[in-house]
Amino acid sequence: MEARALVCPGCGGSVQLRGMTQTASAVCIQCLSIIDTTTPELRIIQQFMAAQRTLPLIPLGTRGKLRGDLYEAIGFQTRQIEVDGMAYEWREYVLFNPYKGFRYLSEYDGHWNDILPIKGLPIPTSGGVSYLNESYKHFQTATAETTYVMGEFPWKVMVGEKADCTDYVSPPRMLSSEKSGNEITWSIGEYMTGAQIAEAFQLKTALPDARGIYANQPSPFGNSVGSSWTLAVFLIAALAGVMVLSSMFMSQKEVFRQKYSFFPRTGVENSFVTSVFPLEGRTTNVELSVNTSLLNQWLYFNFALINDDTGEAYDFGREVSYYNGRDSDGAWSEGSASDTVLIPSIPPGRYYLRVEPEVDAASISSARGVNYEIVLRRDVPFNIPFGIAALLLLIPPVFTTLRKTRFEQARWQESDHAPAASDDDDSDSGDDD
Amino acid sequence: MSRPAGNCPQCGARIEFQFSCAVQTVCEFCKSIIVRRDVDLALVGKVATLPPNSSPIQLRSEGIWNNKAFHVAGRIVYQYGLGGWNEWHLVFQDGKSGWLSDAQADFVLTFPLEPSEPLPQKDTLQTGNTFEWSSIRFHLTTLTKAHYVGVEGELPFEYWDKSEVLFADLRSADAHFATIDYSEEPPLLFLGESVTLDQLRMKNLRSFEGW
Repeated sequence: MEARALVCPGCGGSVQLRGMTQTASAVCIQCLSIIDTTTPELRIIQQFMAAQRTLPLIPLGTRGKLRGDLYEAIGFQTRQIEVDGMAYEWREYVLFNPYKGFRYLSEYDGHWNDILPIKGLPIPTSGGVSYLNESYKHFQTATAETTYVMGEFPWKVMVGEKADCTDYVSPPRMLSSEKSGNEITWSIGEYMTGAQIAEAFQLKTALPDARGIYANQPSPFGNSVGSSWTLAVFLIAALAGVMVLSSMFMSQKEVFRQKYSFFPRTGVENSFVTSVFPLEGRTTNVELSVNTSLLNQWLYFNFALINDDTGEAYDFGREVSYYNGRDSDGAWSEGSASDTVLIPSIPPGRYYLRVEPEVDAASISSARGVNYEIVLRRDVPFNIPFGIAALLLLIPPVFTTLRKTRFEQARWQESDHAPAASDDDDSDSGDDD
Repeated sequence: MSRPAGNCPQCGARIEFQFSCAVQTVCEFCKSIIVRRDVDLALVGKVATLPPNSSPIQLRSEGIWNNKAFHVAGRIVYQYGLGGWNEWHLVFQDGKSGWLSDAQADFVLTFPLEPSEPLPQKDTLQTGNTFEWSSIRFHLTTLTKAHYVGVEGELPFEYWDKSEVLFADLRSADAHFATIDYSEEPPLLFLGESVTLDQLRMKNLRSFEGW
């Protein structure tokens, strides 16, 4: 017959036992005595003081299902580490199932870990350890002190007991070693959210929200970075395909080409009209190109594309200028001797072009003049929107990458390997080594 | 198979060996330890009351490991720093013995292995020492001094009148387990691995109220 309760040798109060005979110590909550339950003598290991009694978020005696197996919360302790004179406290729960043995939960700032002792031995690597072909990065080494205990433990627990704890992470997993005396124990934790814990134990009260980013918290961008890049590249490739395909179906037909020479004369009207040319097919764009012999000069064109039948005119102006030279920095150039403009949505019909070149008369010698050629093409591919779309498609992966980087920075900020911002963190890890 | 039988030299109760490999058993009525020598049953001692035990395993539990069925035939009970600890004697269908240790519901299944070289002397042992058996590299992780408490059921050797026993526990990177038992001279080596009761497909386990 296993005892379900024992009489506290300190105060005579009743101490409920949930761990059958598999635990090694039990706490009397009335007089805060820790009782050795491994022998019938029920020796008191320690009587401790508690400035305040912490209540476990999972009440002892609560049962919950973790990864398919039923466990009962039978023990609770708070532990703390000190970094730069600041104490950081977390909570640990001892879970028990008579057929499965012991399991543990830890909670810090609303972040939970489901912890099991491991059976093998991790192998040290340059930046951490490797276990069962998975590599874990060193995160933190610190001395943990037990500050408060409740319930039962499979070891002889003591308040004030210290252990050197080292954490290695490979989110969502964490390998931890605890060294007290000569004994090193290893355990593996897997990250859990408060919502998962509340669900597993059917808790009535909501658990506190997680604050900050925890050592082995899985990154919400873990796989999304790679896949967002894959998606963007795929969409851009598809877009390029559409672009190529659509240009194959565009006629890009040259409808007009004519060479001109321009000799500016003051007081004379320089405008002229071209011959009539047909624009066929559907309503679509017309591309006008001007190629000039300008050099260190500028020319301004007033254009009008005029429908010969309706008289409807599309007016637009273009400035063409090209300068080059050589200075102390070497050769330079500015502008271009040619210009291209797209006139969208021109209905089919018979058209002519009115051209009026303007110039600062002094800059162009009337003797030499300027040669230029006007070319009109109907139904040409318009690539700029494709370029913009491609750039827009790159925004999500770039953004996700940046957010992942920021998430990882926030994770490692809490480690012994935080960026140089706080030198003190580094000296802490040094002390512990 | 004819089961060797006889009467308890102490109380006269019927003694029947269930397993032919067993050489020692405990009389269920008077808790006398009885060993089989040739055809005679000899009384060698008496088991004190065993401490309360919460192991889910019990005599006559059964299981299957590597497609071989086994029965739980007996156990040796030790006491160490963290409480009681059972070494359950398993008898497989091919007559071979295995050991299922249960310390705080942490289960390890091991089988005896004849080492090719002599095992280390107990006073040379230090945690961190490495050894290689069956092409597996083991690291010595724990040295445990345990007190022999008692026996129950059938065992493949005579085991009684012990006091303090030293065990060296070793682990490998890939979760293999080894233990050296210094209760005999020369010491005994056992090799195996951590297991769960589900992996052993156990039947006839003890039932716990509410579980």
